[in-house]
Amino acid sequence: MPSVEKALVIRHREIVPYYYELEFIAPSIAQEVLPGQFVNIRVSNSLDPLLRRPFSIYNVDKKLGSITVFYKVVGRGTELLSLMPIQKRLDVMGPLGRPFSIPGNINRAYLIGGGVGIAPLVYLARVLTDSDIKVKVLMGASTAGFICGRDMFDQLGVNYLISTDDGSEGLKGKVTDLFEQQLFLQDCDYIYACGPEPMLAKITRLALDNGIDGEISLEGRMACGVGACLGCSHPVLKDGNRSYAKICSDGPVFRIGEMLLHNGDVR
Amino acid sequence: MNTTDRKARKKSRITPDLRVNLGGIILNNPITVASGTFGYGMEYEPFMDIASLGAVIVKGTTLEPRAGNPPPRICETPSGMLNAIGLENPGVKAFINQHLPVLRSRKTTVIVNIAGNTVEEYAELARTLDGQSGIAGLELNISCPNVKQGGLQFGTDPVMVQELVAAVKSQTSLPVMAKLSPNVTDIVAIARAAERGGADCLSLINTLLGMAIDIENRKPFLANTFGGLSGPAIKPVALRMVYQVASEVPLPIMGMGGITDTRDVIEFLMAGATAVSIGTANFVNPLVTQEVLAGLRDYMEQNQITSVQELIGAALPQGLPKKGSAELT
Ligand SMILES: Cc1cc2nc3c(=O)[nH]c(=O)nc-3n(C[C@H](O)[C@H](O)[C@H](O)COP(=O)(O)OP(=O)(O)OC[C@H]3O[C@@H](n4cnc5c(N)ncnc54)[C@H](O)[C@@H]3O)c2cc1C
Ligand SMILES: Cc1cc2nc3c(=O)[nH]c(=O)nc-3n(C[C@H](O)[C@H](O)[C@H](O)COP(=O)(O)O)c2cc1C
Ligand code: FES
Repeated sequence: MPSVEKALVIRHREIVPYYYELEFIAPSIAQEVLPGQFVNIRVSNSLDPLLRRPFSIYNVDKKLGSITVFYKVVGRGTELLSLMPIQKRLDVMGPLGRPFSIPGNINRAYLIGGGVGIAPLVYLARVLTDSDIKVKVLMGASTAGFICGRDMFDQLGVNYLISTDDGSEGLKGKVTDLFEQQLFLQDCDYIYACGPEPMLAKITRLALDNGIDGEISLEGRMACGVGACLGCSHPVLKDGNRSYAKICSDGPVFRIGEMLLHNGDVR
Repeated sequence: MNTTDRKARKKSRITPDLRVNLGGIILNNPITVASGTFGYGMEYEPFMDIASLGAVIVKGTTLEPRAGNPPPRICETPSGMLNAIGLENPGVKAFINQHLPVLRSRKTTVIVNIAGNTVEEYAELARTLDGQSGIAGLELNISCPNVKQGGLQFGTDPVMVQELVAAVKSQTSLPVMAKLSPNVTDIVAIARAAERGGADCLSLINTLLGMAIDIENRKPFLANTFGGLSGPAIKPVALRMVYQVASEVPLPIMGMGGITDTRDVIEFLMAGATAVSIGTANFVNPLVTQEVLAGLRDYMEQNQITSVQELIGAALPQGLPKKGSAELT
């Protein structure tokens, strides 16, 4: 059940320019939260900016009762958040949303992340590894410096492959190219993907064409985060009819092929 | 504080009476949640006992299900937000079958917000909801700016407003609250029209029509182009309108628009609102209703105010207009 906690910030640092890791103590949320779920953070005590900002769970320390989020400064809210000093209290609401599922019959999963989309895949990788599911991570960024989470994947002993737009590391190209390239190996029976919508559209098409099932995590503008305002609705195809699903409470995790994705060639 | 002061305060400790009568809708306290911002109540149940609220006003309900507008539907603005949800809702039958029984089991005071494209649709909605137990009143959304045909036209034309309210009143035994749009030049004229139509009470304000532009793509940000502005940004406008209507029209008012804390609540009460509704602030702080409820109680205790009635219209120079609408019956 979600709650609101005044969470003590215990670690907050800029990893590479504009990318931050933020850890805070929120025992009730930490106890419950599952991979793929998110928290809604108030970036300031003032009424401007007004709305909370959603962030995925990057890591959880259940013993300590802490949660880590990994975020990129993209606008006013994240910029204000980046100024939050340690030892201060942060207003955090969560856990929110539908988590990734872990079907009983899967053995080998691909985790595919673009940009900060890698964030929720780190905690997921941990949980999957604990369930003896073999994980391979495919991650893409604009340049090598912006690849995040590798220390965590190293700790877990998880395999990862990298693509960069500028070719500074790994495959020169998009993470979708990396996925396409790996497909011939046929070493994956389920995928989890998170990133920009066009990327998810391409991944969806590739997965469907190759008969691979999986889940994607979507982003969208939110107000309430709990399914009350209907502000985050995203088009879905349900029994052949177009309708809407709420990203915050029906998602953010959706089954592959379930959502109508923009800018992609999916349907 | 010295000992005598403390004793004096302890002795005079009072239990404030928070009950109000909103034109026949009896509320245990004046703090309610605004339509479209609290779903059907269940969404906020993890955070509170929703029966502690004066009332839950549910999402705008139409005869048939509505899919709503394409995204993006919301946009944050300075101290506020724009929304163009487009009245996404499962329709009145699904409301009665799925949501109402749950609300009834929670013993929550429920006000159903209804919206239609024609006078006949409103009347049929009222008829359909009339026999249902667990509904304390109807709120007529004559002001939703998002849905073509309906919304704006009804709420901006006094003749239409009177006709609409009268049509609904003729189909229901429930108290009827007309929700006024701020997007008019003379809100008092619209309030009077609702009164002539037989409204038992009024609620105001709905959202202010606005827009935002996506400068990268050189087009309106919201897929619907226009949206309704809500949140703290609209509070001064809302307060002014409540004050104006309360000064002139002898109907109890549910005041809303940008309320975020106890002080805001007291301002609306003093401007002449009998109860208040909190909308956008729920998104920012899901506990806001509980906090202002406690805050209002504290304020009354500290200021020796025994009944919330003493606050209603306190800032109006002439007091509330006749008809004693704020009395508890
Ligand atoms: C479920 C979910 C999980 C997310 N997880 C992460 C994460 O782990 N790390 C991370 O860096 N970012 C994440 N995001 C995106 C993050 O919420 C936005 O980058 C952030 O809200 C931007 O706020 P801002 O004020 O800096 O930007 P502005 O552009 O100034 O924000 C203006 C408004 O738009 C909203 N907004 C802008 N971009 C986005 C976006 N991409 N998604 C949703 N709302 C947006 C803001 O919340 C705000 O209401 C996630 C988004 C969602 C929906
Ligand atoms: C997301 C959202 C959805 C809303 N939906 C409705 C609705 O269905 N019917 C209605 O009468 N008002 C609707 N409103 C208006 C609110 O009930 C309220 O009048 C307005 O938001 C002003 O109050 P606030 O500033 O406290 O939010 C909606 C407002 C928001 C923000
Ligand atoms: S953000 Fe309010 S319904 Fe999803």
